[in-house]
Amino acid sequence: MKYLSIVTIAPFVGALIVAMVPRSKGSLAKLIALIWSLAILAWTVAAWVAYKPSGARLQLVESYPWIAEWGVRFTFGVDGIALVMLALTAVLTPLVVLASWDDAKRTNRSEPAYFALILALQGSMIGTFTAADVFLFYVFFELMLVPMYFLIGSYGDGQKQRQYAAVKFFLYSLVGGLLMLAAVIGLWVAGGHNFDWQTLTSAEFSQSTERWLFLGFFMAFAIKAPFFPFHTWLPDAGGAAPAGAAALLVGVMDKVGTFGILRYCLPLFPNASKYFAPLAITLALVGIVYAALLAVGQNDLKRLVSYTSIAHFGFIGIGIFAFTTPAGSGAVLYMVNHGLATGLLFLVVGMLVTRRGSALVSDFGGAGKLVPVLAGVFFIAGLASLALPGLAPFVSEFLVLVGVFSVNKVVAVIATAGIVLAAAYVLWMIQRTTQGTTNPALAEIGAMRKDLTLREAAVVTPLIVLLLVLGFYPKPVLDVINPAVQATLTQDLGTTDPAPKVSTVEANK
Amino acid sequence: MLILFAVACIGVLIEAFVGRAVRNIVQLTVGILGLVGALIAIVKRAADVTADNAITAAGAVSVDKPALFLQGAIVLLAIVALLLIGERTLENGGPFVAQAAITVGSEADQRQAKDEPGATEVFPLAIFAVAGMLLFVSANDLLTMFIALEVFSLPLYLLCALARRRRLISQEAAMKYFLLGAYASAFFLFGIALVYGFAGGVTFAEIDSALLGSTKNTGLVYAGLALLAIGLLFKAAAAPFHVWTPDVYQGAPTSITAFMAACTKVAAFGGLLRVLYVAFERAQWPYVPVLGAIAVLTMLVGAVLAVTQTDIKRLLAYSSIANAGYLLVGVLGGGQDGLSSTMFYLAAYGFAVIAGFAVITLVRDADGEATHLSRWAGLGRRSPFFAGIFTFVLFAFAGIPLTSLFAAKFAVFGAAITGGQTWLAIAGVITSMILAFPYLRVVVMMWLSEPGESTPSVSVPGGLTAAALMIGVVLTLVLGVAPQPLLNLASEAANFIR
Repeated sequence: MKYLSIVTIAPFVGALIVAMVPRSKGSLAKLIALIWSLAILAWTVAAWVAYKPSGARLQLVESYPWIAEWGVRFTFGVDGIALVMLALTAVLTPLVVLASWDDAKRTNRSEPAYFALILALQGSMIGTFTAADVFLFYVFFELMLVPMYFLIGSYGDGQKQRQYAAVKFFLYSLVGGLLMLAAVIGLWVAGGHNFDWQTLTSAEFSQSTERWLFLGFFMAFAIKAPFFPFHTWLPDAGGAAPAGAAALLVGVMDKVGTFGILRYCLPLFPNASKYFAPLAITLALVGIVYAALLAVGQNDLKRLVSYTSIAHFGFIGIGIFAFTTPAGSGAVLYMVNHGLATGLLFLVVGMLVTRRGSALVSDFGGAGKLVPVLAGVFFIAGLASLALPGLAPFVSEFLVLVGVFSVNKVVAVIATAGIVLAAAYVLWMIQRTTQGTTNPALAEIGAMRKDLTLREAAVVTPLIVLLLVLGFYPKPVLDVINPAVQATLTQDLGTTDPAPKVSTVEANK
Repeated sequence: MLILFAVACIGVLIEAFVGRAVRNIVQLTVGILGLVGALIAIVKRAADVTADNAITAAGAVSVDKPALFLQGAIVLLAIVALLLIGERTLENGGPFVAQAAITVGSEADQRQAKDEPGATEVFPLAIFAVAGMLLFVSANDLLTMFIALEVFSLPLYLLCALARRRRLISQEAAMKYFLLGAYASAFFLFGIALVYGFAGGVTFAEIDSALLGSTKNTGLVYAGLALLAIGLLFKAAAAPFHVWTPDVYQGAPTSITAFMAACTKVAAFGGLLRVLYVAFERAQWPYVPVLGAIAVLTMLVGAVLAVTQTDIKRLLAYSSIANAGYLLVGVLGGGQDGLSSTMFYLAAYGFAVIAGFAVITLVRDADGEATHLSRWAGLGRRSPFFAGIFTFVLFAFAGIPLTSLFAAKFAVFGAAITGGQTWLAIAGVITSMILAFPYLRVVVMMWLSEPGESTPSVSVPGGLTAAALMIGVVLTLVLGVAPQPLLNLASEAANFIR
């Protein structure tokens, strides 16, 4: 079956269909987008079923000719890491469509265009995960910018703010992308005019070439992820983007950065990866502490959530560069869980902000009395974000810390300090918005008396269920992730684990 | 080529004998038919070109594969540009002035600006220019090249001066172009003299063998090459010989700007490729660093100054300077890769830039085209279709994948790295980043700003502009998604015959 090509191309086809719906028929566009994204989810589930965790490294491979002159082909193929990211994208998109049901209407701009952009974004993100050809990956990587740029710039909050954020987002990403382009061309020349990922993994480069190429790719991914000090675009973009787009931005798109490191930097340039690992870990650590501190000080809810995810990306970073299986698997699992948790948090914040008409923490206060259910969901999302045991992110954070501890205790200890800070910003945020005496201004707003609607409940329920299920029983996902991570570490990097294997960690818990 | 010289002459006759009312359409038809005929001749010739029959006309012209590829590109681009030039429905009487000799601002001038139909001399002039370009890219000795240079330059100087609106800056542009162009020609001619002094001949083969066997003082030949390069780089708008570009691009009627940006670029680089690859290939190592520095400077100047522009035509002019820099990167890549990637880039850029200028001709208000950037605010709201097309073109200029210019950039940077000129590719990447900013600013203007009082409307294009625009946009997309056929063609053609 052609799982991957269909799941990659279908969103673009859907985007075209939705874009052709006349502007006056906004609801029709939404409906098509929702059904379309659910169909893509169904197809993804089928792909998941067809994937064999114990099988070959790249599965469901398809390959079609494209630009023979340069050796470029439409090659699709997923390993466990790509598969879970694909699944995450497929799960989040229909929920985002549902959550942004009325968002586009409020901006007084074309509704069909909004949903077409969401679908186009989904397609390009899926493309980065399913591509097994470096050129194809690059094409999707750059293409991703365009819909997100328009989502932020056209549908975001505040004329000045959204313009600034959209341009900053685009320029930062484009700078990264062009650095990667230089590296992609360099890889092509050094790798014998070839773009096939599997062939390139066994290519040998000279030491300096490898380091330069690594840096080209790594810079692009570090900006995308974002790692400190390339993170400054994210709070602006996350703060200005409409909630749905922000959920996709932080939930999936940023993961393309860490995914790229796992999929391209480590396997293609193993020696350079080892050489630069201390640098990467340092950046990640600084990110954890620095972003957490800044998050505590934020007064804007969406910016606050953006900063929390910069901190979380630090955890993913140290997990990747610790080069142990538990840390690596934990990092990948964290990518999934963080997508669910932060996605939920952004969507819930979006619901609150829509009701209040402001994203400032100081404009809330005691909201829990007016909208108890919504406040409860907000609380759960917050707890997931700070990785409370029982919720999915805990498992991944735990794995990362265990894996890192076995090789570098200092890093693990500093990272743990980040968890304490996480508790501080999340709890403080929740306390200032939903607890305490009710802000009198808040009570006067009619919309604030309306609790979770059926549509909103349909958005948050699947996410909460997934967070709980994966919190107690992460095995199905870990089974898919582990072989891929192990392959990356043993085949490509040639490292061995000094610590107990993941399976024993699982058993001990 | 001969077809086109004939057609141009017929055009002059038509100008004299055909009535005013139908002159435009007759001229356009004859021009397009002539170009199509030339294209057919080129394609037929391409089928049976061999090393033996390539050099004709007593050794003055070399009809080898690169020449045919470049000629084909020029003719195709000229057809599209001619469609733009022939458009008369957008503005009462067309974009060209009826009688350029009338004093600007006088009563007669105002009367003719209002309702007299525009000049139709533009067609024979443009065809002469195209014919000159075809000769330029296929010249086999420096003197033929010089004659071709003049043949295609002189009509261009005139064409620049013929704008109906804002005639003063149009004439100023033409004057500037002419004076600087004349200097550049003089440098070129002086270069020929020096090279002749060294090689004892002006054909490329003679220069090549002189470089191989000679023990004479090489200073002479390098000085000659430097002077030749000045002439060529001037036409290509490479820094520091670029200063005419923004003024001329801004002042010339927009359809002429499109014609120049697309066709002249191809011709200039075609000539440069021929001189460097055929005549001076053996002198490569001394000139590469110098030209490399010029390439970097060109990219930098184009990118940095584009950031500060407030006029859309000037912005595209600086962008074309930067693109000249990228083309130089390809030229310096050397070998077959360098040649084929440069030719691919030329074709891709030509179509994109024609589409870009076609949109500019459409955005207008009562006073003609509204080229100031601030006037474009909120255009996406007023006319989403054209704003969308222009956005696509700008993304192509910025090098976003799935557009022709991404493929083209990939090709030239790849050629540079393969040719051991990694530093040029890196400079290209860095300037691309800078250059993305001005394009993005226009996109922001169009989509993210609210339309103001002064946002002009987009005119519904006449059939000709619409056709030119669509050809440009569709080819930009097609060459981005499936560049394979043209790449094949370019690499197959990448073989000069000395």
